[in-house]
Order: sequence, then structure tokens, then C-alpha cells
Amino acid sequence: MSNPTDDRLCCDIIEIKGLNKWYGEFHALKNIDLTVKEGEIIVVCGPSGSGKSTLIRCINFLEKFQEGSIVVDGTELTDDVKKIRQVRSEVSMVFQHFNLFPHLSIIDNLTLAPIWVHNETKQQAKEKALTLLDRVGIKDQAEKYPNQLSGGQQQRVAIARALCTSPKIMLFDEPTSALDPEMISEVLDVMIELAKEGITMLCVTHEMGFAKKVADRVIFMDEGQVIEQNTPDKFFDNPESERLQLFLDQILTN
Amino acid sequence: MAVYPLKETKKAPQSQTKAIQWLKENLLSSTSNVLLTLVALYLIYLILPPILNWTIFDANFDLTADNDSCGREGACWAFIYDNFKMFIYGFYPEEELWRIDAMFGLIVVMIMFGSWIKKSQYRMHYIIGAFLVYPVAAFFLLHGGLGLEVVGTDKWGGLTLTIVVAAVGIVASFPLGILFALGRQSKMRIVRFISIVFIEFVRGVPLITILFMASVILPLFFSVGMDFDKLLRALIGITLFQTAYIAEVIRGGLQAIPKGQYEAADASGLNFVQKTTLIILPQALKISIPNIVGSFIALFKDTTLILIIGLYDMLAIVGAATSNSSWLGRNSEGYVFVAFVMWVILYSMSRYSKKLEVRFSTEHKN
Ligand SMILES: Nc1ncnc2c1ncn2[C@@H]1O[C@H](COP(=O)(O)OP(=O)(O)OP(=O)(O)O)[C@@H](O)[C@H]1O
Ligand SMILES: [Mg+2]
Repeated sequence: MSNPTDDRLCCDIIEIKGLNKWYGEFHALKNIDLTVKEGEIIVVCGPSGSGKSTLIRCINFLEKFQEGSIVVDGTELTDDVKKIRQVRSEVSMVFQHFNLFPHLSIIDNLTLAPIWVHNETKQQAKEKALTLLDRVGIKDQAEKYPNQLSGGQQQRVAIARALCTSPKIMLFDEPTSALDPEMISEVLDVMIELAKEGITMLCVTHEMGFAKKVADRVIFMDEGQVIEQNTPDKFFDNPESERLQLFLDQILTN
Repeated sequence: MAVYPLKETKKAPQSQTKAIQWLKENLLSSTSNVLLTLVALYLIYLILPPILNWTIFDANFDLTADNDSCGREGACWAFIYDNFKMFIYGFYPEEELWRIDAMFGLIVVMIMFGSWIKKSQYRMHYIIGAFLVYPVAAFFLLHGGLGLEVVGTDKWGGLTLTIVVAAVGIVASFPLGILFALGRQSKMRIVRFISIVFIEFVRGVPLITILFMASVILPLFFSVGMDFDKLLRALIGITLFQTAYIAEVIRGGLQAIPKGQYEAADASGLNFVQKTTLIILPQALKISIPNIVGSFIALFKDTTLILIIGLYDMLAIVGAATSNSSWLGRNSEGYVFVAFVMWVILYSMSRYSKKLEVRFSTEHKN
């Protein structure tokens, strides 16, 4: 498997080796090997149930796995709670359904982890949160509650919340697929900005425009395996495997 | 193609007045409903006049009357007047009654102060402090010590005792209930097992049995001769009982929290205690509030059962007051009065919980 790289990408920040994961009897991830370099933007796509979510959720240990190893920025993920928290403090996640905390105001959603996990002062955390809200274009909503915002705004808040802890790695699990069509671009724009800044991103999405624009590498998964990975140009123009061709035909026709 | 102008909005046609519409919708919507309405009206006709006659029209409101001069055709309200102190304070010594008033006065003042500093950033500190300090203060006021004359719990009674028992049950069972609710969801098998056994055992037994067990079995655990306060036994029994119910109510709230909340909390690196206290419990408690209040109302009613282990709550005072030779046979007045007082308290609680419910459900939606 070729691992296309770029000059600005130097060191491996995520190393996944021989990863196997079962849900009961169901073999959800089959022998996955994947290395991600610092600053790399990776898009993961594939049919429903192919294990995309499972794979990226293993990286911050929201899912346990039975075989293989995952090393994130030098820390190997095991059952050890300290190591899990170490990894989670460097990895942030954005969910399909936002998962904002409905009982906290937007600003409190953003400052929670910085204050409680990263021991920042309230003042520090608040200043940073306001800067980030400004960046995603919703500074004026800071005192509102999540349910008072539109879906697109909520997802932008979720991205700001994820950024609040200055993570090295951002995981996105279908961040736009729960949104009304007219709100997708406002979220994608924020993500594109982010991608240009050099943060490492792993993004499960079917937004092929986004992949073409910013991805360094696109990965195609099916039945719990990585079937093909390539630079966006080759991935979309010259898909090698038959399954990927089929998949691309399907998503491009509708 | 054509372009259509916007149409004006019109009010829905209203042919009948609100009252008639209400009648039609609620009482006369179907044949069976009409029948039920008629039966209900007939029952009211049968029951209401005698009750009104006895309590008001034929009753004797002369508060100086005694048992003989009062007459027997209607209620004799002088009985309540004469025994009013006993209904409220039980057998508490006359010259120490100010201590009970002070205890109730203190809580009113504290609540008023709490709502006055609603906006302050120290409000939470105040509430937690109040929860820690008040029970201690109330204990010394009621029981004595620290220079106050000791009044044994056998002298406590009446509405005071009812409120003390209910309040202790409520305040003590709440944190315990939270712990057992969390325990029942715990990943640790032994913790889960203990929680389930406790909750299901207590819920499977009537309060009366628990009270008897508390008053008979608890003393066995303590060395002979040591006098284990009767009231304390009742309080332990009631608290255990209430804990099981509160635990189940809160578990319902916990189960309503979407999985995504746990995941978001985990993903941001919060540890278990932070996740539980900052994310999960606040939401779960908010959802459970109406049911928690409902359970407290049930407890308040159930406190009347403590009379069977020989404590004189307000209901038991009726018996005590009518066994006094000067007021023989006035039980009905006593029971009606107790029912009325209980109804006022419980109905206010239930109205309050309705209000909370409405407030929280709108907060959750918008
Ligand atoms: N908690 C679970 N228990 C059992 N099976 C699960 C669980 N979570 C996922 N699976 C199964 O694992 C497989 C991979 O799921 P996963 O959510 O990773 O797919 P996905 O590629 O993200 O799909 P989608 O595009 O629908 O989100 C699916 O077949 C799914 O049914
Ligand atoms: Mg998925």
C-alpha cells in the first residue's frame, strides 16, 4: 500500500497496527493498519455499516478493541485509565448529532473541559472560548443554550468546543449528515479553514467536494476493512478496486 | 402561470361560548360520558349537603363552648380551638414552644434570603451551606442541648412531628437515592447487585412492615439496655423506604439521557465523577423533578403510619385529644380537621410540582 505524503508532513502521530474489533460475534474491524502523519487531513468514506465510525472511535477509546495496537502521539492505548485520559486530552471529537450539553450555555459547553480537564482558570478558558466562537461566527450566541440554535450553529459550536482544548488531532464522525442541506456549507467552511491551519484531521464524511478540496488522503472502507486509499485526485479519477468504483457511482448519481 | 396573492389570516369560527364548549368536550362528549356525568352529579347531591350541614350550617362555631353545651347535630369547632396547640406542637412543654416557632421561622427566613440572592454567584455555596447548617440548628432547637433544656422525643408530636419526619425522610433519602440509582447502573457487579437487592427488597415490602421491622429489629443490633430512640428508629425506616423509591425515580431520569451525552463527556476527557456530577446528574435530576416531588407527596401522606409504632403525629393526636374526658366523642371533628390540614399542604405541594414541570418542560424544548 502506498502512503502518499507531502513535504510538510513529517512525523507519525497515529499508528494503528493489526487492529481487530468485534461486537460480540460480529467482526467489525478486520486487521486495520493505518498511519497518520502530523498535520495530515484524512477523509474516510464507505458504505453504511462498513466500520468507519468504529475505526475513528477506537482512536479516542470510545470503543474498546480486542486485538492490535493504537499509538497516539507516543501513547499506546490500553485499559489504563491514565493513558486513555492522556490521549483524550489531545484528541477531540465532533459527532454527527453534535452532542452539546443541553443544560449548559454555549460558553459553559466550551469552557467545561478546559477548566476541569486542563486546569485552566475560568478567565483564560472564557477568553479562548470567545475567540473560538468568533472564529466559527457565533460569538453573539455565547449566553444562549444549545436548543436555541439551528443545527448548523450547533455543529459549529461543537467544533469550537472540540478546539477549546487545543487538540493535536480532530476526529469528525459525519459532521454534516444530520444537517439540513442549506446548513451544510456553513459547517464545511469552518472545517476547511481548520484544515488549512495544519491540525491533524480524520474525517468520516461523504462530502466529496470537501475531500477533493482539502484531503491529503482518502480512505475507502468496506466490511470492516480498508479497501483502498489514495490522494483525492487518483481516488476519484482512477479508482482501482471495483467496490470503490461502484460506491463512487452510487454517491455521485444521487 | 399565475401568481397568487397572500391570503389574510382569519380567526377560527367560534359558535359557542367557552363554558359550553368546555362542557361539551369534557363532560358530554359521548353517551357513556353523559351517563358518568349524571351519576357523578347524583353522588354529589347525595354527599355534599350532609357534609356542608355538619361542618358549617349545623355546626357550633362558639369557641368558648364545652363538650356538653356544644350540641351533637353538627360539628363542634371549639374542640379544635381548645386542642389547637396539641395538634400543632404535640406534648412539647408550653414554655419551650418558641423553639419550634423559631425552627419554622428560620427556614422561612433562609428560603427568603435564598431567593433574594438568586442572581449572586455565591448562591450555590449558600444553598449547600444551608443544607448542612440548618439540620444541625433545627436539631438543637427541637431537641435541646447547648444551654437549651432537653425535650425528649416522646414529647414531640402533632403537625410538628409530621413535618419533621417527612423532612428528614426527604432530605436524607435524596442523596442516598442518587447513590443507589447510580449503583444500579454501575459497571461493578457487586455494587449493582447490592443496589438491586436493596431497592427491590424495600419496594417489595409495605411501609408498615418496614416501620415494624425498624422498631423491633434495629434495637437487636445494639447492646441491650441502650435505649434506642423510638423516633430515630422510625426515621431510619422511613428514610430507607423513601431511598428505594427515589432511587428508582432517578434511575428513570438517568435512562432518559442519550448515549451521546456520555460519549461527549468521555471524549472531552472528563473522569467518571466529573462526567456524573457535571453532565449526567444535572440532566437526569431535572427530568425527574416532577416524579421526585410526587414521591415526596406520597411520603408525606405515609408519615401518618408512624402512629402504629406509638408516635403521636397529627393523626394520632386526634385519639389523644378525644380520650381526654372533657372532649369525649369528638373524633369526627379531629379527623376532618387533620384531613383539611393535610389536604392544604399536599395540594400546595402538587400545584408547586405542576409549576416546576411546566417550567422545566418548556426550558427543555426551546
Ligand atoms: N454497539 C454496537 N453493537 C453491535 N454492533 C455494532 C455496534 N456499533 C456498530 N455495530 C455494527 O458494526 C458495524 C460497523 O458500524 P459503524 O457504526 O462503524 O459503521 P459506519 O461505517 O459508521 O456506518 P454508518 O455510515 O451507518 O455510520 C455495523 O454493522 C454495525 O451494525
Ligand atoms: Mg457511522
